[in-house]
Amino acid sequence: MKFLERRPAPNAWIGGLIVGSLLLVAGVGAFWTPYDPLALNFTAQLAPPDAVYWLGTDEFGRDVLSRLMAGATTSAWISLLSVGCAVLVGTTLGVLTGYLRGAVDRVVMAFNDALMAFPGILLALGLMAVLGANRYGIIGALAVAYTPSVTRVVRGSVLSLREREFIDASRVMGNSGLFTMWRHVLPNCVAPLTVLATSMFGWALLAESALSFLGLGVPPPAPTWGNMLAASRSHFDEAVWLGIFPGICISLTLLGINLLGDALRDRFDPRMRGLR
Amino acid sequence: MLGFIVKRLLMAVPTLLIVAVSVFVLVRLVPGDPASLLLGDMATPSALADLQRRLGLDRSLPAQFGIWFGHVLQGDLGQSITSQQPVLPLVWDRFLVSGRLVVVAVFLAVLVAVPAGMVAAWRQNSLADLVLVGTSTLLLSIPTFWLGLLILLLFGLKLGWLPVVGHVSFAQSPGHALMYMIMPVLTLFLHEIGVVMRMARASTLEVLRLDYITHARAKGLSEREVMWRHAFRNSFGPTWTLIGLVLGNLLGGIAVVETVFSIPGLGRLLVDSIFGRDYPVIQGCLLFVAFVYVVVNLVVDLLYPLFDPRVTAS
Repeated sequence: MKFLERRPAPNAWIGGLIVGSLLLVAGVGAFWTPYDPLALNFTAQLAPPDAVYWLGTDEFGRDVLSRLMAGATTSAWISLLSVGCAVLVGTTLGVLTGYLRGAVDRVVMAFNDALMAFPGILLALGLMAVLGANRYGIIGALAVAYTPSVTRVVRGSVLSLREREFIDASRVMGNSGLFTMWRHVLPNCVAPLTVLATSMFGWALLAESALSFLGLGVPPPAPTWGNMLAASRSHFDEAVWLGIFPGICISLTLLGINLLGDALRDRFDPRMRGLR
Repeated sequence: MLGFIVKRLLMAVPTLLIVAVSVFVLVRLVPGDPASLLLGDMATPSALADLQRRLGLDRSLPAQFGIWFGHVLQGDLGQSITSQQPVLPLVWDRFLVSGRLVVVAVFLAVLVAVPAGMVAAWRQNSLADLVLVGTSTLLLSIPTFWLGLLILLLFGLKLGWLPVVGHVSFAQSPGHALMYMIMPVLTLFLHEIGVVMRMARASTLEVLRLDYITHARAKGLSEREVMWRHAFRNSFGPTWTLIGLVLGNLLGGIAVVETVFSIPGLGRLLVDSIFGRDYPVIQGCLLFVAFVYVVVNLVVDLLYPLFDPRVTAS
Protein backbone atom coordinates (compact mmCIF):
# COMPACT_ATOMS: atom_id res chain seq x y z
CA MET A 1 0.00 0.00 0.00
CA LYS A 2 2.82 2.33 -0.82
CA PHE A 3 0.56 4.77 -2.66
CA LEU A 4 -1.19 5.65 0.61
CA GLU A 5 1.99 7.07 2.04
CA ARG A 6 1.99 10.00 -0.31
CA ARG A 7 -0.41 12.85 0.37
CA PRO A 8 -3.50 12.49 -1.84
CA ALA A 9 -4.19 15.27 -4.36
CA PRO A 10 -7.08 17.67 -3.62
CA ASN A 11 -9.22 16.17 -6.38
CA ALA A 12 -8.87 12.78 -4.71
CA TRP A 13 -10.12 14.26 -1.44
CA ILE A 14 -13.06 16.10 -2.97
CA GLY A 15 -13.97 13.26 -5.31
CA GLY A 16 -13.69 10.66 -2.59
CA LEU A 17 -15.81 12.77 -0.26
CA ILE A 18 -18.57 13.19 -2.85
CA VAL A 19 -18.61 9.53 -3.89
CA GLY A 20 -18.43 8.45 -0.23
CA SER A 21 -21.40 10.66 0.66
CA LEU A 22 -23.38 9.28 -2.27
CA LEU A 23 -22.76 5.70 -1.16
CA LEU A 24 -23.68 6.69 2.41
CA VAL A 25 -26.94 8.31 1.27
CA ALA A 26 -27.65 5.30 -0.93
CA GLY A 27 -27.03 2.99 2.03
CA VAL A 28 -29.27 5.02 4.34
CA GLY A 29 -31.91 5.36 1.61
CA ALA A 30 -32.20 1.60 1.42
CA PHE A 31 -33.52 1.47 5.00
CA TRP A 32 -34.81 4.90 5.93
CA THR A 33 -36.13 8.00 4.17
CA PRO A 34 -37.84 11.03 5.84
CA TYR A 35 -41.13 10.10 4.17
CA ASP A 36 -42.30 7.09 2.17
CA PRO A 37 -40.96 7.88 -1.34
CA LEU A 38 -44.08 6.34 -2.90
CA ALA A 39 -46.71 7.79 -0.53
CA LEU A 40 -49.15 10.11 -2.31
CA ASN A 41 -50.29 13.23 -0.48
CA PHE A 42 -52.90 15.23 -2.34
CA THR A 43 -52.94 17.99 0.26
CA ALA A 44 -49.34 18.91 -0.58
CA GLN A 45 -49.05 18.71 -4.36
CA LEU A 46 -46.18 20.67 -5.94
CA ALA A 47 -45.26 22.20 -2.57
CA PRO A 48 -42.12 24.33 -2.82
CA PRO A 49 -39.16 23.53 -0.54
CA ASP A 50 -39.90 24.49 3.07
CA ALA A 51 -39.32 23.29 6.64
CA VAL A 52 -41.68 20.30 6.26
CA TYR A 53 -40.59 19.12 2.83
CA TRP A 54 -36.98 20.25 2.60
CA LEU A 55 -36.76 19.83 -1.17
CA GLY A 56 -40.47 20.24 -1.94
CA THR A 57 -42.97 17.73 -3.30
CA ASP A 58 -43.89 16.53 -6.78
CA GLU A 59 -47.19 16.53 -8.66
CA PHE A 60 -48.52 13.67 -6.49
CA GLY A 61 -47.37 15.26 -3.23
CA ARG A 62 -44.49 12.82 -2.85
CA ASP A 63 -41.49 14.09 -0.90
CA VAL A 64 -38.65 14.93 -3.29
CA LEU A 65 -35.86 14.38 -0.74
CA SER A 66 -37.13 10.89 0.06
CA ARG A 67 -37.42 10.08 -3.61
CA LEU A 68 -33.89 11.35 -4.28
CA MET A 69 -32.56 9.13 -1.48
CA ALA A 70 -34.43 6.10 -2.74
CA GLY A 71 -33.23 6.96 -6.25
CA ALA A 72 -29.63 7.04 -5.01
CA THR A 73 -30.04 3.51 -3.67
CA THR A 74 -31.44 2.25 -6.97
CA SER A 75 -28.83 4.01 -9.11
CA ALA A 76 -25.92 2.94 -6.92
CA TRP A 77 -27.08 -0.69 -6.94
CA ILE A 78 -27.59 -0.81 -10.67
CA SER A 79 -24.24 0.86 -11.38
CA LEU A 80 -22.30 -1.30 -8.92
CA LEU A 81 -23.86 -4.54 -10.14
CA SER A 82 -23.44 -3.78 -13.84
CA VAL A 83 -19.82 -2.66 -13.39
CA GLY A 84 -19.20 -5.69 -11.15
CA CYS A 85 -20.52 -8.08 -13.80
CA ALA A 86 -18.53 -6.33 -16.55
CA VAL A 87 -15.33 -6.48 -14.48
CA LEU A 88 -15.85 -10.15 -13.61
CA VAL A 89 -16.55 -11.33 -17.15
CA GLY A 90 -14.14 -8.91 -18.82
CA THR A 91 -11.27 -9.78 -16.50
CA THR A 92 -11.78 -13.52 -17.00
CA LEU A 93 -11.85 -13.11 -20.78
CA GLY A 94 -8.94 -10.66 -20.76
CA VAL A 95 -6.66 -12.82 -18.62
CA LEU A 96 -7.50 -16.01 -20.54
CA THR A 97 -7.09 -14.52 -24.02
CA GLY A 98 -4.01 -12.52 -23.12
CA TYR A 99 -2.30 -15.41 -21.39
CA LEU A 100 -3.23 -18.25 -23.72
CA ARG A 101 -3.24 -16.33 -27.05
CA GLY A 102 -3.92 -18.46 -30.15
CA ALA A 103 -7.19 -18.99 -32.01
CA VAL A 104 -9.45 -18.38 -28.99
CA ASP A 105 -7.80 -15.00 -28.48
CA ARG A 106 -8.37 -14.02 -32.11
CA VAL A 107 -12.04 -15.02 -32.11
CA VAL A 108 -12.84 -13.39 -28.76
CA MET A 109 -11.03 -10.20 -29.69
CA ALA A 110 -12.75 -10.01 -33.08
CA PHE A 111 -16.12 -10.04 -31.31
CA ASN A 112 -14.80 -7.69 -28.68
CA ASP A 113 -13.74 -5.16 -31.31
CA ALA A 114 -17.08 -5.45 -33.07
CA LEU A 115 -18.94 -4.77 -29.81
CA MET A 116 -16.69 -1.77 -29.30
CA ALA A 117 -17.77 -0.57 -32.74
CA PHE A 118 -21.10 0.31 -31.13
CA PRO A 119 -21.20 3.48 -29.06
CA GLY A 120 -21.79 2.18 -25.48
CA ILE A 121 -25.15 3.81 -24.89
CA LEU A 122 -26.43 2.60 -28.28
CA LEU A 123 -25.53 -1.00 -27.48
CA ALA A 124 -27.30 -0.63 -24.14
CA LEU A 125 -30.39 0.77 -25.91
CA GLY A 126 -30.41 -2.17 -28.34
CA LEU A 127 -30.06 -4.66 -25.52
CA MET A 128 -32.85 -2.95 -23.58
CA ALA A 129 -35.11 -3.68 -26.53
CA VAL A 130 -34.37 -7.35 -26.04
CA LEU A 131 -34.04 -7.60 -22.26
CA GLY A 132 -36.98 -5.37 -21.39
CA ALA A 133 -37.17 -2.03 -19.58
CA ASN A 134 -36.62 -2.98 -15.95
CA ARG A 135 -33.72 -2.91 -13.50
CA TYR A 136 -32.40 -6.35 -14.47
CA GLY A 137 -32.62 -5.38 -18.12
CA ILE A 138 -30.47 -2.31 -17.44
CA ILE A 139 -27.91 -4.24 -15.41
CA GLY A 140 -27.61 -6.86 -18.16
CA ALA A 141 -27.46 -4.28 -20.94
CA LEU A 142 -24.82 -2.13 -19.24
CA ALA A 143 -22.75 -5.16 -18.23
CA VAL A 144 -22.64 -6.37 -21.84
CA ALA A 145 -21.92 -2.84 -23.11
CA TYR A 146 -18.95 -2.33 -20.76
CA THR A 147 -17.40 -5.81 -20.79
CA PRO A 148 -15.42 -5.23 -24.04
CA SER A 149 -13.53 -2.26 -22.51
CA VAL A 150 -12.54 -4.36 -19.50
CA THR A 151 -11.45 -7.27 -21.70
CA ARG A 152 -9.31 -4.98 -23.81
CA VAL A 153 -7.61 -3.22 -20.89
CA VAL A 154 -6.92 -6.45 -18.98
CA ARG A 155 -5.70 -8.27 -22.07
CA GLY A 156 -3.36 -5.37 -22.80
CA SER A 157 -1.82 -5.57 -19.33
CA VAL A 158 -1.56 -9.36 -19.50
CA LEU A 159 0.18 -9.25 -22.88
CA SER A 160 2.99 -7.16 -21.45
CA LEU A 161 3.05 -9.05 -18.13
CA ARG A 162 3.48 -12.48 -19.70
CA GLU A 163 6.83 -11.47 -21.18
CA ARG A 164 8.23 -10.59 -17.74
CA GLU A 165 10.70 -12.77 -15.85
CA PHE A 166 8.55 -13.44 -12.80
CA ILE A 167 5.94 -15.13 -14.98
CA ASP A 168 8.63 -17.34 -16.53
CA ALA A 169 9.87 -18.03 -13.01
CA SER A 170 6.43 -19.18 -11.95
CA ARG A 171 6.26 -21.52 -14.94
CA VAL A 172 9.74 -22.91 -14.31
CA MET A 173 8.74 -23.63 -10.73
CA GLY A 174 6.17 -26.00 -12.19
CA ASN A 175 3.08 -23.94 -11.34
CA SER A 176 0.05 -24.61 -13.51
CA GLY A 177 -1.08 -21.96 -15.96
CA LEU A 178 -4.23 -21.36 -13.93
CA PHE A 179 -2.23 -20.81 -10.72
CA THR A 180 0.18 -18.45 -12.49
CA MET A 181 -2.70 -16.42 -13.89
CA TRP A 182 -4.47 -16.20 -10.53
CA ARG A 183 -1.45 -15.59 -8.33
CA HIS A 184 0.89 -13.56 -10.52
CA VAL A 185 -0.91 -12.12 -13.54
CA LEU A 186 -4.22 -11.04 -12.01
CA PRO A 187 -2.86 -8.98 -9.06
CA ASN A 188 -0.81 -6.93 -11.49
CA CYS A 189 -3.94 -5.98 -13.43
CA VAL A 190 -5.63 -4.47 -10.38
CA ALA A 191 -4.27 -0.94 -10.84
CA PRO A 192 -5.52 -0.33 -14.40
CA LEU A 193 -8.75 -2.15 -13.52
CA THR A 194 -9.40 0.18 -10.57
CA VAL A 195 -8.98 3.23 -12.77
CA LEU A 196 -11.29 1.79 -15.43
CA ALA A 197 -13.90 0.54 -12.95
CA THR A 198 -14.12 3.99 -11.35
CA SER A 199 -14.79 5.63 -14.72
CA MET A 200 -17.23 2.86 -15.62
CA PHE A 201 -19.18 3.46 -12.42
CA GLY A 202 -19.73 6.99 -13.70
CA TRP A 203 -20.67 5.81 -17.20
CA ALA A 204 -23.11 3.29 -15.75
CA LEU A 205 -24.73 5.87 -13.49
CA LEU A 206 -25.07 8.30 -16.39
CA ALA A 207 -26.41 5.60 -18.73
CA GLU A 208 -28.91 4.41 -16.14
CA SER A 209 -30.14 7.98 -15.63
CA ALA A 210 -30.36 8.53 -19.39
CA LEU A 211 -32.29 5.29 -19.93
CA SER A 212 -34.65 6.13 -17.07
CA PHE A 213 -35.04 9.63 -18.50
CA LEU A 214 -36.09 8.07 -21.83
CA GLY A 215 -38.59 5.85 -20.04
CA LEU A 216 -36.55 2.73 -20.78
CA GLY A 217 -35.10 2.34 -17.32
CA VAL A 218 -36.56 1.54 -13.94
CA PRO A 219 -40.32 1.90 -14.45
CA PRO A 220 -42.31 4.40 -12.32
CA PRO A 221 -43.50 4.77 -9.59
CA ALA A 222 -40.08 3.59 -8.32
CA PRO A 223 -37.99 6.77 -8.20
CA THR A 224 -34.70 7.22 -10.03
CA TRP A 225 -32.95 10.51 -10.70
CA GLY A 226 -33.50 10.00 -14.43
CA ASN A 227 -37.25 9.33 -14.34
CA MET A 228 -37.74 12.16 -11.81
CA LEU A 229 -36.13 14.55 -14.32
CA ALA A 230 -38.31 13.18 -17.10
CA ALA A 231 -41.46 13.67 -15.01
CA SER A 232 -40.39 17.20 -14.04
CA ARG A 233 -40.73 18.36 -17.63
CA SER A 234 -44.53 18.57 -17.45
CA HIS A 235 -44.34 20.96 -14.46
CA PHE A 236 -41.24 22.87 -15.37
CA ASP A 237 -42.63 26.41 -15.26
CA GLU A 238 -44.62 25.99 -12.02
CA ALA A 239 -42.34 23.69 -9.98
CA VAL A 240 -38.78 24.34 -11.04
CA TRP A 241 -37.28 22.48 -8.05
CA LEU A 242 -38.48 19.18 -9.51
CA GLY A 243 -36.09 19.62 -12.43
CA ILE A 244 -33.24 21.13 -10.41
CA PHE A 245 -32.53 18.76 -7.52
CA PRO A 246 -32.30 15.43 -9.41
CA GLY A 247 -30.01 17.14 -11.94
CA ILE A 248 -27.76 18.43 -9.17
CA CYS A 249 -27.60 14.91 -7.71
CA ILE A 250 -26.54 13.34 -11.02
CA SER A 251 -24.04 16.10 -11.86
CA LEU A 252 -22.50 16.18 -8.40
CA THR A 253 -22.07 12.41 -8.36
CA LEU A 254 -20.51 12.40 -11.81
CA LEU A 255 -18.22 15.26 -10.79
CA GLY A 256 -17.08 13.26 -7.76
CA ILE A 257 -16.45 10.16 -9.84
CA ASN A 258 -14.56 12.16 -12.48
CA LEU A 259 -12.34 13.82 -9.88
CA LEU A 260 -11.67 10.50 -8.18
CA GLY A 261 -11.00 8.84 -11.52
CA ASP A 262 -8.50 11.56 -12.47
CA ALA A 263 -6.73 11.20 -9.13
CA LEU A 264 -6.50 7.42 -9.52
CA ARG A 265 -5.21 7.77 -13.07
CA ASP A 266 -2.51 10.19 -11.91
CA ARG A 267 -1.55 7.73 -9.21
CA PHE A 268 -1.50 4.53 -11.23
CA ASP A 269 -0.56 5.55 -14.74
CA PRO A 270 3.17 6.32 -14.62
CA ARG A 271 3.00 7.89 -18.08
CA MET A 272 0.71 10.61 -16.74
CA ARG A 273 2.62 11.16 -13.50
CA GLY A 274 3.58 14.78 -13.02
CA LEU A 275 1.61 15.88 -16.05
CA ARG A 276 -1.40 17.18 -14.21
CA MET B 1 0.73 5.62 -47.93
CA LEU B 2 -1.40 3.50 -50.28
CA GLY B 3 -0.53 0.41 -48.24
CA PHE B 4 -1.72 2.17 -45.10
CA ILE B 5 -5.06 3.08 -46.68
CA VAL B 6 -5.67 -0.40 -48.08
CA LYS B 7 -4.72 -2.05 -44.79
CA ARG B 8 -6.99 0.22 -42.78
CA LEU B 9 -9.88 -0.33 -45.22
CA LEU B 10 -9.49 -4.10 -45.04
CA MET B 11 -9.47 -3.96 -41.25
CA ALA B 12 -12.92 -2.37 -41.26
CA VAL B 13 -14.50 -5.22 -43.27
CA PRO B 14 -14.50 -7.96 -40.58
CA THR B 15 -15.63 -5.42 -37.98
CA LEU B 16 -18.62 -4.41 -40.08
CA LEU B 17 -19.43 -8.07 -40.77
CA ILE B 18 -19.45 -8.96 -37.08
CA VAL B 19 -21.46 -5.81 -36.37
CA ALA B 20 -24.06 -7.09 -38.86
CA VAL B 21 -24.07 -10.54 -37.24
CA SER B 22 -24.45 -9.00 -33.76
CA VAL B 23 -27.39 -6.81 -34.80
CA PHE B 24 -29.05 -9.78 -36.53
CA VAL B 25 -28.56 -12.07 -33.52
CA LEU B 26 -29.59 -9.36 -31.06
CA VAL B 27 -32.97 -8.87 -32.66
CA ARG B 28 -33.46 -12.62 -33.07
CA LEU B 29 -33.00 -13.03 -29.30
CA VAL B 30 -36.37 -11.33 -28.90
CA PRO B 31 -39.03 -13.89 -28.03
CA GLY B 32 -41.53 -14.56 -30.82
CA ASP B 33 -40.77 -14.81 -34.54
CA PRO B 34 -40.77 -11.82 -36.89
CA ALA B 35 -43.61 -13.11 -39.05
CA SER B 36 -46.13 -13.21 -36.21
CA LEU B 37 -44.90 -9.78 -35.09
CA LEU B 38 -45.46 -8.43 -38.60
CA LEU B 39 -48.94 -9.87 -38.92
CA GLY B 40 -50.10 -9.16 -35.39
CA ASP B 41 -52.41 -11.24 -33.23
CA MET B 42 -55.16 -11.68 -35.80
CA ALA B 43 -53.11 -13.73 -38.26
CA THR B 44 -54.41 -17.07 -39.56
CA PRO B 45 -51.98 -20.01 -39.38
CA SER B 46 -51.86 -20.30 -43.17
CA ALA B 47 -51.06 -16.61 -43.64
CA LEU B 48 -48.38 -16.98 -41.00
CA ALA B 49 -46.82 -19.99 -42.71
CA ASP B 50 -46.98 -18.16 -46.03
CA LEU B 51 -45.19 -15.10 -44.71
CA GLN B 52 -42.64 -17.26 -42.90
CA ARG B 53 -41.80 -18.93 -46.21
CA ARG B 54 -41.65 -15.58 -48.01
CA LEU B 55 -39.29 -14.12 -45.38
CA GLY B 56 -37.22 -17.29 -45.39
CA LEU B 57 -37.96 -17.97 -41.74
CA ASP B 58 -38.38 -21.71 -42.42
CA ARG B 59 -34.68 -21.92 -43.29
CA SER B 60 -31.73 -22.39 -40.96
CA LEU B 61 -30.47 -19.40 -38.98
CA PRO B 62 -27.23 -18.96 -41.00
CA ALA B 63 -29.27 -19.13 -44.21
CA GLN B 64 -31.62 -16.50 -42.80
CA PHE B 65 -28.65 -14.31 -42.01
CA GLY B 66 -27.41 -14.78 -45.57
CA ILE B 67 -30.75 -13.66 -47.02
CA TRP B 68 -31.00 -10.69 -44.65
CA PHE B 69 -27.41 -9.63 -45.21
CA GLY B 70 -27.89 -9.86 -48.97
CA HIS B 71 -30.78 -7.45 -48.68
CA VAL B 72 -28.78 -5.15 -46.41
CA LEU B 73 -25.95 -4.98 -48.95
CA GLN B 74 -28.50 -3.82 -51.53
CA GLY B 75 -29.69 -1.12 -49.13
CA ASP B 76 -32.86 -2.96 -48.20
CA LEU B 77 -33.26 -2.85 -44.42
CA GLY B 78 -36.82 -4.19 -44.49
CA GLN B 79 -40.09 -2.50 -43.69
CA SER B 80 -41.36 -0.82 -40.54
CA ILE B 81 -44.08 -2.81 -38.80
CA THR B 82 -45.96 0.24 -37.54
CA SER B 83 -45.71 2.64 -40.48
CA GLN B 84 -45.17 0.11 -43.31
CA GLN B 85 -42.46 2.42 -44.72
CA PRO B 86 -39.13 1.06 -45.94
CA VAL B 87 -36.59 1.37 -43.12
CA LEU B 88 -33.58 2.88 -44.89
CA PRO B 89 -35.23 6.12 -46.13
CA LEU B 90 -36.86 6.50 -42.71
CA VAL B 91 -33.52 6.11 -40.91
CA TRP B 92 -31.74 8.35 -43.41
CA ASP B 93 -34.22 11.25 -43.04
CA ARG B 94 -33.96 11.14 -39.27
CA PHE B 95 -30.18 10.83 -39.48
CA LEU B 96 -29.94 14.10 -41.42
CA VAL B 97 -31.75 15.88 -38.57
CA SER B 98 -29.53 14.40 -35.82
CA GLY B 99 -26.31 14.43 -37.81
CA ARG B 100 -26.59 18.16 -38.48
CA LEU B 101 -26.87 18.93 -34.76
CA VAL B 102 -23.97 16.67 -33.85
CA VAL B 103 -21.58 17.87 -36.55
CA VAL B 104 -22.21 21.57 -35.93
CA ALA B 105 -21.87 21.15 -32.14
CA VAL B 106 -18.65 19.15 -32.34
CA PHE B 107 -17.13 21.52 -34.91
CA LEU B 108 -17.80 24.54 -32.70
CA ALA B 109 -16.62 22.69 -29.58
CA VAL B 110 -13.30 21.83 -31.24
CA LEU B 111 -12.81 25.45 -32.33
CA VAL B 112 -13.12 26.60 -28.72
CA ALA B 113 -11.78 23.65 -26.76
CA VAL B 114 -8.51 22.95 -28.60
CA PRO B 115 -7.08 26.47 -28.15
CA ALA B 116 -8.41 26.53 -24.57
CA GLY B 117 -6.78 23.18 -23.80
CA MET B 118 -3.50 24.39 -25.30
CA VAL B 119 -3.57 27.56 -23.22
CA ALA B 120 -4.22 25.49 -20.10
CA ALA B 121 -1.25 23.26 -20.91
CA TRP B 122 0.95 26.23 -21.82
CA ARG B 123 0.32 27.83 -18.41
CA GLN B 124 0.12 24.58 -16.46
CA ASN B 125 -0.84 25.00 -12.76
CA SER B 126 -1.57 28.71 -13.21
CA LEU B 127 -4.89 30.21 -12.22
CA ALA B 128 -6.01 30.15 -15.87
CA ASP B 129 -5.22 26.44 -16.04
CA LEU B 130 -7.14 25.74 -12.83
CA VAL B 131 -10.18 27.64 -14.08
CA LEU B 132 -10.12 25.93 -17.50
CA VAL B 133 -9.64 22.44 -16.05
CA GLY B 134 -12.34 23.10 -13.45
CA THR B 135 -14.76 24.31 -16.11
CA SER B 136 -14.13 21.35 -18.37
CA THR B 137 -14.52 18.81 -15.55
CA LEU B 138 -17.75 20.51 -14.49
CA LEU B 139 -19.16 20.62 -18.05
CA LEU B 140 -18.20 16.98 -18.49
CA SER B 141 -20.09 16.02 -15.35
CA ILE B 142 -23.41 17.62 -16.28
CA PRO B 143 -25.50 15.12 -18.24
CA THR B 144 -26.73 16.50 -21.57
CA PHE B 145 -30.37 15.91 -20.72
CA TRP B 146 -30.16 18.09 -17.62
CA LEU B 147 -28.03 20.73 -19.31
CA GLY B 148 -30.65 20.79 -22.06
CA LEU B 149 -33.45 21.24 -19.54
CA LEU B 150 -31.58 24.13 -17.87
CA ILE B 151 -30.95 25.81 -21.22
CA LEU B 152 -34.60 25.31 -22.11
CA LEU B 153 -35.62 26.81 -18.79
CA LEU B 154 -33.37 29.85 -19.20
CA PHE B 155 -33.66 30.77 -22.88
CA GLY B 156 -37.04 29.26 -23.67
CA LEU B 157 -39.18 29.77 -20.57
CA LYS B 158 -37.62 32.55 -18.47
CA LEU B 159 -36.18 34.81 -21.17
CA GLY B 160 -38.46 33.67 -23.97
CA TRP B 161 -35.79 34.28 -26.61
CA LEU B 162 -36.09 30.97 -28.41
CA PRO B 163 -38.93 28.63 -29.38
CA VAL B 164 -39.30 26.02 -26.64
CA VAL B 165 -39.94 22.73 -28.37
CA GLY B 166 -40.28 21.44 -31.87
CA HIS B 167 -38.44 21.30 -35.10
CA VAL B 168 -38.67 23.01 -38.46
CA SER B 169 -36.87 21.55 -41.45
CA PHE B 170 -34.57 23.68 -43.59
CA ALA B 171 -36.81 23.12 -46.60
CA GLN B 172 -39.74 24.78 -44.83
CA SER B 173 -37.95 27.84 -43.47
CA PRO B 174 -34.18 28.14 -43.07
CA GLY B 175 -34.42 30.98 -40.54
CA HIS B 176 -36.76 29.13 -38.23
CA ALA B 177 -34.79 25.92 -38.64
CA LEU B 178 -31.71 27.71 -37.32
CA MET B 179 -33.64 29.14 -34.36
CA TYR B 180 -34.76 25.65 -33.38
CA MET B 181 -31.21 24.34 -33.71
CA ILE B 182 -29.63 26.84 -31.28
CA MET B 183 -30.59 25.25 -27.97
CA PRO B 184 -29.84 21.60 -28.82
CA VAL B 185 -26.54 22.59 -30.46
CA LEU B 186 -25.62 24.73 -27.44
CA THR B 187 -26.32 21.77 -25.15
CA LEU B 188 -24.11 19.36 -27.10
CA PHE B 189 -21.49 22.07 -27.65
CA LEU B 190 -21.07 22.86 -23.93
CA HIS B 191 -20.81 19.17 -23.06
CA GLU B 192 -18.24 18.42 -25.75
CA ILE B 193 -16.07 21.40 -24.79
CA GLY B 194 -15.37 19.55 -21.55
CA VAL B 195 -14.47 16.31 -23.32
CA VAL B 196 -12.26 17.86 -26.02
CA MET B 197 -10.49 20.39 -23.79
CA ARG B 198 -9.21 17.71 -21.43
CA MET B 199 -7.77 15.69 -24.28
CA ALA B 200 -6.20 18.74 -25.95
CA ARG B 201 -4.61 19.78 -22.65
CA ALA B 202 -3.26 16.32 -21.80
CA SER B 203 -1.73 15.71 -25.23
CA THR B 204 -0.22 19.22 -25.34
CA LEU B 205 1.34 18.71 -21.91
CA GLU B 206 2.91 15.50 -23.11
CA VAL B 207 4.42 17.20 -26.16
CA LEU B 208 5.62 20.30 -24.29
CA ARG B 209 7.94 18.14 -22.18
CA LEU B 210 9.86 16.92 -25.23
CA ASP B 211 13.34 18.14 -26.05
CA TYR B 212 12.50 19.68 -29.41
CA ILE B 213 10.22 22.18 -27.67
CA THR B 214 13.05 23.21 -25.35
CA HIS B 215 15.22 23.42 -28.46
CA ALA B 216 12.69 25.62 -30.24
CA ARG B 217 12.57 27.93 -27.23
CA ALA B 218 16.35 27.97 -26.99
CA LYS B 219 16.50 29.07 -30.63
CA GLY B 220 14.64 32.15 -29.46
CA LEU B 221 11.31 31.47 -31.17
CA SER B 222 8.35 33.34 -29.78
CA GLU B 223 5.96 31.39 -27.58
CA ARG B 224 3.31 31.83 -30.26
CA GLU B 225 5.51 30.08 -32.82
CA VAL B 226 6.50 27.35 -30.36
CA MET B 227 2.89 26.58 -29.56
CA TRP B 228 1.39 26.78 -33.06
CA ARG B 229 4.22 25.64 -35.30
CA HIS B 230 5.74 23.01 -33.05
CA ALA B 231 3.41 21.93 -30.26
CA PHE B 232 0.06 22.05 -32.05
CA ARG B 233 0.84 19.73 -34.96
CA ASN B 234 2.35 17.10 -32.73
CA SER B 235 -0.27 17.22 -30.05
CA PHE B 236 -3.39 17.33 -32.23
CA GLY B 237 -3.32 13.61 -33.10
CA PRO B 238 -5.02 12.22 -29.97
CA THR B 239 -7.64 14.99 -30.10
CA TRP B 240 -8.34 14.21 -33.76
CA THR B 241 -8.89 10.53 -32.92
CA LEU B 242 -11.15 11.56 -30.04
CA ILE B 243 -13.29 13.65 -32.41
CA GLY B 244 -14.19 10.50 -34.34
CA LEU B 245 -15.22 8.69 -31.16
CA VAL B 246 -17.14 11.73 -29.92
CA LEU B 247 -19.15 12.04 -33.16
CA GLY B 248 -20.26 8.41 -32.95
CA ASN B 249 -20.97 8.51 -29.23
CA LEU B 250 -23.06 11.66 -29.57
CA LEU B 251 -25.06 10.11 -32.39
CA GLY B 252 -25.61 6.98 -30.29
CA GLY B 253 -26.71 8.94 -27.24
CA ILE B 254 -28.54 11.81 -28.90
CA ALA B 255 -31.96 10.38 -28.00
CA VAL B 256 -31.96 12.19 -24.63
CA VAL B 257 -31.31 15.62 -26.15
CA GLU B 258 -33.89 14.99 -28.86
CA THR B 259 -36.35 14.08 -26.12
CA VAL B 260 -35.70 17.32 -24.23
CA PHE B 261 -36.24 19.49 -27.32
CA SER B 262 -38.83 17.27 -29.08
CA ILE B 263 -36.68 16.82 -32.18
CA PRO B 264 -37.68 14.04 -34.58
CA GLY B 265 -34.17 12.65 -34.99
CA LEU B 266 -32.56 9.25 -35.22
CA GLY B 267 -32.36 8.77 -31.44
CA ARG B 268 -36.07 9.42 -31.02
CA LEU B 269 -36.80 7.01 -33.88
CA LEU B 270 -34.84 4.27 -32.11
CA VAL B 271 -36.47 4.88 -28.73
CA ASP B 272 -39.96 5.08 -30.23
CA SER B 273 -39.33 1.83 -32.12
CA ILE B 274 -38.19 0.16 -28.90
CA PHE B 275 -41.45 1.26 -27.25
CA GLY B 276 -43.44 0.10 -30.28
CA ARG B 277 -41.47 -3.17 -30.63
CA ASP B 278 -40.83 -2.25 -34.26
CA TYR B 279 -37.91 -4.64 -34.70
CA PRO B 280 -36.99 -3.93 -38.33
CA VAL B 281 -36.57 -0.24 -37.45
CA ILE B 282 -34.61 -1.06 -34.26
CA GLN B 283 -32.36 -3.29 -36.34
CA GLY B 284 -31.99 -0.60 -38.99
CA CYS B 285 -31.12 2.14 -36.49
CA LEU B 286 -28.54 0.02 -34.67
CA LEU B 287 -26.93 -1.12 -37.90
CA PHE B 288 -26.91 2.38 -39.34
CA VAL B 289 -25.37 4.11 -36.31
CA ALA B 290 -22.75 1.38 -35.88
CA PHE B 291 -21.97 1.68 -39.60
CA VAL B 292 -21.61 5.47 -39.34
CA TYR B 293 -19.44 5.06 -36.23
CA VAL B 294 -17.08 2.64 -38.00
CA VAL B 295 -16.93 4.77 -41.16
CA VAL B 296 -16.33 8.03 -39.27
CA ASN B 297 -13.49 6.45 -37.32
CA LEU B 298 -12.12 4.99 -40.54
CA VAL B 299 -12.12 8.43 -42.18
CA VAL B 300 -10.52 9.94 -39.08
CA ASP B 301 -7.77 7.32 -39.21
CA LEU B 302 -7.23 7.82 -42.93
CA LEU B 303 -6.86 11.59 -42.49
CA TYR B 304 -4.57 11.18 -39.48
CA PRO B 305 -1.35 11.19 -41.60
CA LEU B 306 -2.16 14.77 -42.61
CA PHE B 307 -1.24 15.80 -39.06
CA ASP B 308 1.25 13.11 -38.28
CA PRO B 309 2.99 11.48 -41.26
CA ARG B 310 4.78 9.05 -38.94
CA VAL B 311 1.81 6.67 -38.68
CA THR B 312 2.03 5.56 -42.31
CA ALA B 313 5.57 4.33 -41.80
CA SER B 314 4.78 1.76 -39.11
